[in-house]
Amino acid sequence: MTKPRNLLLWALALVVVPGLIAYACAPKAPKAARTAAGATSDIAQAALKTYVAPGDLDEYYMFSSGGHSGQVYVYGVPSMRHITTIPVFSPYPATGYGFDDDTKKMLGGMNWGDAHHPALSETNGDYDGRWLFINDMNARVARIDLRDFKTKQIFGPVPNVSGNHASSFITPNSEYALMGSRFSIPVPKGTYVPVERYAAEYKGVVAGIKIDPKSGELSLGWEILMPPFDYDLGDGGKGPSDGWAFFSSYNTERATGKLEVTASQRDRDYIAAVNWREAQKAIDEGKGDMLGGVKVLDPKKVPGVVYFLPCGKSPHGVDVSPDGKYLVGSGKLQGVTTVFNFEKVLTAIRNKDFTGDEDGIPVLKYEDIKDAEVPVGLGPLHTQFDDKGYAYTSLFVDSAIAKWKLGTWEVVDKVPMSYSTGHLCVAGGDTAHPNGKYLVGLNKLSHGRHLSVGPSQPESSQLVDISEEKMKLIYDAFTEPEPHYAQMIKADKLHPIEVYPKEESHHPLAIWDVKDAGLTRNGDKVTVKVAEVRSTITPTAIEVNEGDTVTLAITNIEQTTDELHGFGLLDYNFNIVVDPGETKTVTFKADKAGVFPYYCTNFCSALHQEMQGYLVVKPKKG
Amino acid sequence: MNALHSSSRRLLESPIGRTPRWLLVVAALLLIPSYLSPLWTLTMFAPQYPDGLRLYIYSYRLDGGNHGQDVHEVNVLNHYIGMRDLSSADFTEFKWIPFVVGGLALLFLRAAVHGQLGHALDVLVLYLYFAAFALWSFGFKLWTYGHNLSPQAAVHVDSFMPPIFGYKKLANFEVYSYPGVASYMLAAVVVVLAIALWLGWRERDRSATL
Repeated sequence: MTKPRNLLLWALALVVVPGLIAYACAPKAPKAARTAAGATSDIAQAALKTYVAPGDLDEYYMFSSGGHSGQVYVYGVPSMRHITTIPVFSPYPATGYGFDDDTKKMLGGMNWGDAHHPALSETNGDYDGRWLFINDMNARVARIDLRDFKTKQIFGPVPNVSGNHASSFITPNSEYALMGSRFSIPVPKGTYVPVERYAAEYKGVVAGIKIDPKSGELSLGWEILMPPFDYDLGDGGKGPSDGWAFFSSYNTERATGKLEVTASQRDRDYIAAVNWREAQKAIDEGKGDMLGGVKVLDPKKVPGVVYFLPCGKSPHGVDVSPDGKYLVGSGKLQGVTTVFNFEKVLTAIRNKDFTGDEDGIPVLKYEDIKDAEVPVGLGPLHTQFDDKGYAYTSLFVDSAIAKWKLGTWEVVDKVPMSYSTGHLCVAGGDTAHPNGKYLVGLNKLSHGRHLSVGPSQPESSQLVDISEEKMKLIYDAFTEPEPHYAQMIKADKLHPIEVYPKEESHHPLAIWDVKDAGLTRNGDKVTVKVAEVRSTITPTAIEVNEGDTVTLAITNIEQTTDELHGFGLLDYNFNIVVDPGETKTVTFKADKAGVFPYYCTNFCSALHQEMQGYLVVKPKKG
Repeated sequence: MNALHSSSRRLLESPIGRTPRWLLVVAALLLIPSYLSPLWTLTMFAPQYPDGLRLYIYSYRLDGGNHGQDVHEVNVLNHYIGMRDLSSADFTEFKWIPFVVGGLALLFLRAAVHGQLGHALDVLVLYLYFAAFALWSFGFKLWTYGHNLSPQAAVHVDSFMPPIFGYKKLANFEVYSYPGVASYMLAAVVVVLAIALWLGWRERDRSATL
């Protein structure tokens, strides 16, 4: 006879076994087949290193500036697939950017921008994945929130700054995004001075744009009036150089006219070293002169804020090493790149070991502060670093990338690029702890490396494997004009949302039930709450009078990934796209009588074609 | 006749031992998960839903995967075939099942305290009746959803019975329907009660017969 204890065990088994079966039955994912390949040749190795199988994800995000497209391109690395475009300084009908009331206002009537240098926000000198900042030549800096990959703020135009090229490089705890004028003008803007009086009366400006540590909101920190040089690139110091910001400059000749000649006469130009803590302190103490509506520091009156480090010749990049001890200044018209020792810079400043000054800014002695001239090759532009103590410098004229060792200053490898590399981008290459592994050369010329597309040619971005001693070119990608600089961040540092949660919606005109859709009139002002959900736009007809000012508040009431809806109104100049859970408004004057179809422009569902309605505009009487 | 009656009464009143009493307590404890975890889970995959949509039927509410969003998504999809929205308000089961389960738990404990064979028999019979009715009720609800499709729907499909157990292909969806942990616990209650009854029967007053 079975004992009660055994029976209990049996009962337990009867409970547990079906439980396990049920767990095994409910599948976690649909079945998919995948094949693996093995190969040994260099080409096959490169293919394996860059092949990201269908359905698999890339290891890194790369944010490439879109140059004069005014946008940011998002790539996956190592596949080099272009994943999406983030519109920043120019309208982009594909996402409706610049057409709805809010983004239109943010663009401020400007339909172009020239975005060169993206900068990921940093904490303790490493990317923290919160924001991406990017400059515009029109004296603006924008903030993209990496929670939803959307442009949230365009700050500027900042007074007195003209041609904001040396931007938006960031300090190690995202205290500031930098600004520097590539063009000097008589300030404030609007002042007339003939170009012949350039050397004495035109001014450059460098500035720090303060970043709110919580919200990321941008505001003006400090501005410094500078000699009329062309301020080119920048970087924030870190570690021992924390508290300092560096700007490269050329045309220290103060020349005008044919700059390619006139600005290339001196063997040395300058790197400006700005003590930003001192600058902020001076502004907070109320120092500086009002210029163009803001307080601007004049180094003559506020000493100790800025110094010039001589650097050969017409430098482009000024890049701080991961440990913050060295500055690498790349004179683009020579064959070496110069390494400055920041400790020596501080000593020279302490000892007041100057050779002279430029408009009151002390100039240090080159020989005092230089640690090495590294013979990298012709036309060095920009340097980034890896995790193993190597530096990588792009060579525009040589069309190559040089790899060299920090400390020994020895060039150990070179890899040819196709062609004419501007900036380069190493994963985490401007942080305190670079990832290494991948490097992308952002090349200006691509001719012959892709199917011909006529005279308007794309640029090229080439992926280089830097995980081993020898660099290996492993992929060619082509990009629309025009990536200047890029930032590469490990994919697991970003956690974007894919729908706007209904609970977070605070838009006063948002609706969440199609029953709430409809029109309210206040005189000749009409507000229409519109709901979009598969596969109807509610209301399906909107009747207004000719001459009415109409505000459409369009809410996409979906909460499902990738269920975007559009709202295009035919014969009117807008197309809106609303993401799941998002509300956007668009205001227009119904100035034409007649019937105008509207429809969902962003393909959403099997009955997407049916998702349409009519704006009926009643003609004025008489 | 009288003898039979009194002997069956003796049988039903015959005390049960410690083990069956504890088993009744265990049965009551096994009811707890039906307040905590789903009774049934429906998982749906389609090419455009590689991560799947999930519906969780609890004893007292309907929930979906993706923070509840999947319920809304299933409703959006169902509106194309003219199916009524799934909503917790439609399920009267969500009101009476938790109440009845609580009542049954009290009866299990009562039987454990009194320790008579008849009580154990009563709760088993009541429980089987409850389980069968609840299952039928849910099944009928699903049948109703699948058979009352609006004739004006954009996409016409034949009336259908959503799967209750196992796999079914519905249009572009693979639908898997399986009981949840709570249901396995509810099924285990039957086993535990049956064992309690059987042990009690074995130790019954030998003089009594049915």
